[in-house]
Amino acid sequence: MVAAAFADFMQQIVAGLASGGIYALLALALVIIHRSTGVINFAQGEMATLSTYIAWTLIANHGWSYWPAFFATLGLSFLGGVATHRIVIRPVERGNVLRIVIVTIGLLIAINGFVIWQWSGEPQQLDSPFTSIFGWLDIPDTVDVGGVAISMRDVGTVAVALGMVVLLWGLFQFTKVGLALRASAVNPEEARLVGVRVTWMLALGWGLAATLGAVAGMLTAPTVGLDPNLMQALLIYAFAAAVLGGIDSPLGAVVGGLLLGVTLNVLSFLSQYRLFDWFTEELRLPTALVIILVVLLVRPAGLLGHPEVKRV
Amino acid sequence: MTPRVTRIVGFVAFAAFAVFVAVLPAFINDFKAQQYAYVGIYLIALLGLNILTGYTGQISLGHGAFMAVGGYTTAILMAGNEPSIACSSCDGPLGGGMKDIWTIPIAGLVAGLVGIAFGLPALRLSGLYLALATFAIAVALPPFVKRFEELTGGGSGINLFGLPEHTGSITNVEIFGRSLTFNDWLYYLAWAIALVAFAGAWLALRGRTGRAFRAVRDSETAAVSSGVSLARYKTLAYGISAAYAGVAGGLYAIANTFVNPDTFPIALSIFLLIGVVVGGLGGLTGLVFGAIFIYFLPLWAQGEDLGSLLPNRIIEETQKPGGPAIVYGVILILLMFVIPNGVGGLFRRVGQLLTSRRYSRSAK
Repeated sequence: MVAAAFADFMQQIVAGLASGGIYALLALALVIIHRSTGVINFAQGEMATLSTYIAWTLIANHGWSYWPAFFATLGLSFLGGVATHRIVIRPVERGNVLRIVIVTIGLLIAINGFVIWQWSGEPQQLDSPFTSIFGWLDIPDTVDVGGVAISMRDVGTVAVALGMVVLLWGLFQFTKVGLALRASAVNPEEARLVGVRVTWMLALGWGLAATLGAVAGMLTAPTVGLDPNLMQALLIYAFAAAVLGGIDSPLGAVVGGLLLGVTLNVLSFLSQYRLFDWFTEELRLPTALVIILVVLLVRPAGLLGHPEVKRV
Repeated sequence: MTPRVTRIVGFVAFAAFAVFVAVLPAFINDFKAQQYAYVGIYLIALLGLNILTGYTGQISLGHGAFMAVGGYTTAILMAGNEPSIACSSCDGPLGGGMKDIWTIPIAGLVAGLVGIAFGLPALRLSGLYLALATFAIAVALPPFVKRFEELTGGGSGINLFGLPEHTGSITNVEIFGRSLTFNDWLYYLAWAIALVAFAGAWLALRGRTGRAFRAVRDSETAAVSSGVSLARYKTLAYGISAAYAGVAGGLYAIANTFVNPDTFPIALSIFLLIGVVVGGLGGLTGLVFGAIFIYFLPLWAQGEDLGSLLPNRIIEETQKPGGPAIVYGVILILLMFVIPNGVGGLFRRVGQLLTSRRYSRSAK
């Protein structure tokens, strides 16, 4: 009994890391946009859903095979993100930030409507990128580690999330574009003075974020099914993860995402084994949010964030 | 215009608006009266949210939660905590049996206290962290409400329909010797409270308190160095703002004739924020349009009331599933392009144009 419960517990931890990986990807997208535009992009989830539908329609309706569709989607998402910034966000960048917030909410509503209008609300099936990779590399679906069956898809998801972070970190730290990106986020005026094309750097940030969202969407859809509201709940998790880790810290987004994923799954383990009578599955998300609130009260800038310093 | 002239113009405009509100039901049908009652209810909530977000600079993505507190307070006081059973012979606070209008001030008070209780820890947070905290409250509330079903009726909520002694939801309402339909009664109740709330907000914001709120919004450091206590005024703003939301929530429950966890969804909180920004942050008059906007735009986006104005081809496309949402989202984005400071900002702009032209003429 205890051994079975322990195996269950370990499985929940692994599953938690996997869903945490997805939250981390989306949270990372939120952090990138926050660094460049100073707001939370409420449309991030819907943009990811749209990307995932594009991948699906390329495969299902236009006869593409998986990998070309996968990379075409990444490219289209990048262009879509850049275009979104140039067309919709740039006109409202000056003035109150709440204007940008409302514009992203407008985008959320419009994109969600468009997906339903174009592809109807019916759930669709999308293949997992891991199916073919595991096929080539001859990796089994689950691996048994000391009585705990670990899903290799979950491991793959975490690996992709971590890989993305390393890639982004490399981009920001070691390339000229990355330096320009950081400069425009930290000090737009001075960056402009030394010749950085700041608005294009911000647009580039939006493109990167949209690409990350597309990856998150294409990793999520195979397990939960593709429907127009795919990313809505996820966006809440990603928002919470980004804030928990510190909204200006990419590493914080990943740490926050993984922590949140594990916390949620441990909570659902608690509710399954009825360790506390009052605790039900429905209270999972509220409880996780309350925990985050408590963390924020102790560390108001998130786990890895820096308190904002302003010159008066 | 001198301040004195501005104030007189303001009074006249307010009085004219009050008269307009009072006679409007004579010209519209019963159903429209109910719709405009909801507009009045939204206006109260928007006034409260603008005190917090527009004047004091504290973002809230969870004001629907304070409305929920008010709504449940009203419902429990009226119907007791018997799920789905209308209780007409009970009395005592938790047994129900209170008359609807008397529950409204209590709803405001309870929500106001909750607001202060939330405002104290929220003092440590700002910007996006505060946004998440308020958002979390709104997301977390419905599951908690479902969980504590002894008090709240759980998922099925509390029914207020068919309590003739306490509300007029079946019969006409007799008041001041006149007999009103339930919807007209709702309309007058909502707008009477909305006008009082409007005047109250104006009074609270014009003096020392309002100045302190704006100081906190514009620069916390400058406010502190001028002797404005951040803790005191932020908490006060939360209290007032939540009390307004609570009153709106109580009215919402009465108008809706039932409450359940889905009566106050997270979308409501988002719509309230949209209403404040469209109406104009840091202004009161524009909020009337913000309230009209958030109530009617979803209906207009579905083609209601506008059917004859647009070509059939467009109407057909927008009536497909998802179509109304596209229209809504696009209109919202375009509005932010066209009126950056909301309807209130547009008013100020027009006012400035008029007055500055007059001055330049006299200067000739």
